[in-house]
Amino acid sequence: MKRYLLFLLLTAGACKFNDNYTPARIEGKQLEITPDIPANDSLENFITPYKEHINKEMEEVLAYLPYNLSKSDGRYNTAIGNLMADALIELSNPIFNKRTGENIDIVLLNYGGIRSSIAKGDVTTRSAFQVMPFENEVVVAALKGEAVREMIHYLIDSGTAHPVAGIELQLEKDNSIKKVLIQGKPLEDSATYYVATNDYLLEGGDSMNFFLKAEEATNLDYKIRNLLIDYFKAKDTLNPVRDQRFIKVE
Amino acid sequence: MERRKFIQSTAAAGALAGIGSLGLLSFTAAKKPKHITILHTNDVHSHIEPFDNGHAQYPGMGGAARRYTLINQIRQENPHTLLLDAGDIFQGTPYFNYYGGELEFKLMSKMRYDAATIGNHDFDNGIDGLLAQLPHAKFPFINANYNFDNTVLEGRIKPYQVFVRDGIKIGVFGVGIELKGLVAKKHYKETEYHNPIDTAKTIVKQLREEEKCELVICLSHLGYEYRDDKVSDQKLAAATKDIDLIIGGHTHTFLPKPTVALNAIGEKVLINQVGWAGVNIGRIDFYLDSSGKKNGGGAAIIV
Ligand SMILES: [Zn+2]
Repeated sequence: MKRYLLFLLLTAGACKFNDNYTPARIEGKQLEITPDIPANDSLENFITPYKEHINKEMEEVLAYLPYNLSKSDGRYNTAIGNLMADALIELSNPIFNKRTGENIDIVLLNYGGIRSSIAKGDVTTRSAFQVMPFENEVVVAALKGEAVREMIHYLIDSGTAHPVAGIELQLEKDNSIKKVLIQGKPLEDSATYYVATNDYLLEGGDSMNFFLKAEEATNLDYKIRNLLIDYFKAKDTLNPVRDQRFIKVE
Repeated sequence: MERRKFIQSTAAAGALAGIGSLGLLSFTAAKKPKHITILHTNDVHSHIEPFDNGHAQYPGMGGAARRYTLINQIRQENPHTLLLDAGDIFQGTPYFNYYGGELEFKLMSKMRYDAATIGNHDFDNGIDGLLAQLPHAKFPFINANYNFDNTVLEGRIKPYQVFVRDGIKIGVFGVGIELKGLVAKKHYKETEYHNPIDTAKTIVKQLREEEKCELVICLSHLGYEYRDDKVSDQKLAAATKDIDLIIGGHTHTFLPKPTVALNAIGEKVLINQVGWAGVNIGRIDFYLDSSGKKNGGGAAIIV
């Protein structure tokens, strides 16, 4: 009898405890979405009109390119980078000038921001999306000459073909400066320069900390991708080249 | 001998069914074991179509319509399934640029996603752009460490949601990455960021003690791991307790298998992330019983 009672107490206790479910075994794995999985028809059909519309837009021919462009075709400057930087100054300056009365002196983008090469032949809307898939916008920062000097040293230290325009920078073999000109004139520490870039770099992206010293910044509400599309549309044939804007004397 | 075998089998599989006379005597002691499946994606980045067959890294992989086939198969296997996304739904293909995220949300709704958290790229058309697309999402957005009080998203984002599957209460809460320096201020506007670890501690306590959740899942867009002090899923796991699973994103990390980390009290917690672009889907199966073992710390984890 005593034994029986004890057993009941135990089971009653167990009962209370049993209200809580807890994991006894956990299994985890990753499933690949491979080409042999059939597509769900209803979802596929739902996507189709969106897809067709986008494909039509993407295939619109905007310009002709007689040769391939790749960001690996130059050490310190590349034809594709020069194209982007030149497009930026050409199309942004009229907007900036109208808003502020000032002119853009320099363009600086980042090498990593060139997201794709462009194959020779028809340049389409898709090409612009591939080169610039992100939503970054053109901003113009007012930088004192000292900050521009920091920018020059950033370019030298990185030794990378970041797209630039408006500057001419030539280095000696030992990386010392042979020549630096802004809009064809020597750099003045006390002058104010207007540097066009994108909103990501303006906030110090890619360690471009000199942009954090901007005295002022103007957002042109112009997406770089849209700027490229407009630039391609305006040109019949693209023929950008590698040039002397940033080089090392060999 | 017989009894010894029994103990082994419960320890291994947690199966409490078929206890025999003991089960009959104790009124409802041997409750049936439960099986909950969690499916998850992260950083799909508008990859609605599969990659081209000629793609260098992921030839022919991914695609929403194929993902849905797989999800349906798993739901047929186990109807007690939750489908979650850890953010960065937006940005990466022209679908986003043309439709602003509408198609992404509509497809996720059709696939019956249960919840998603917010990634930094989900602010790419500004906080107004995200708000504009919310009506297309028939699932809740969950984040606990962004304060949206002075923004257009006020009242639209829940800190957590409790789901009930086969009687099991599953608390899902969200944490997001610091937006300053990552997203333009003009896009996130007055969204305030709070420390994800402090937030997690408070929410987990609430989920366990007040909401009586039996499973707690953190849906994170913090990133898997960093070399510096930046808060990551690894740091969150190590600094908290009572979380069973952290589903991560942001760093586009491909893990060969889910990571088993140790929490602040030395119990096991799972961290998983499945790369990006919808080339994978993560699957975590929880087998629960009422043997009284305390959460994932006592469970056998098979990865
Ligand atoms: Zn991402």
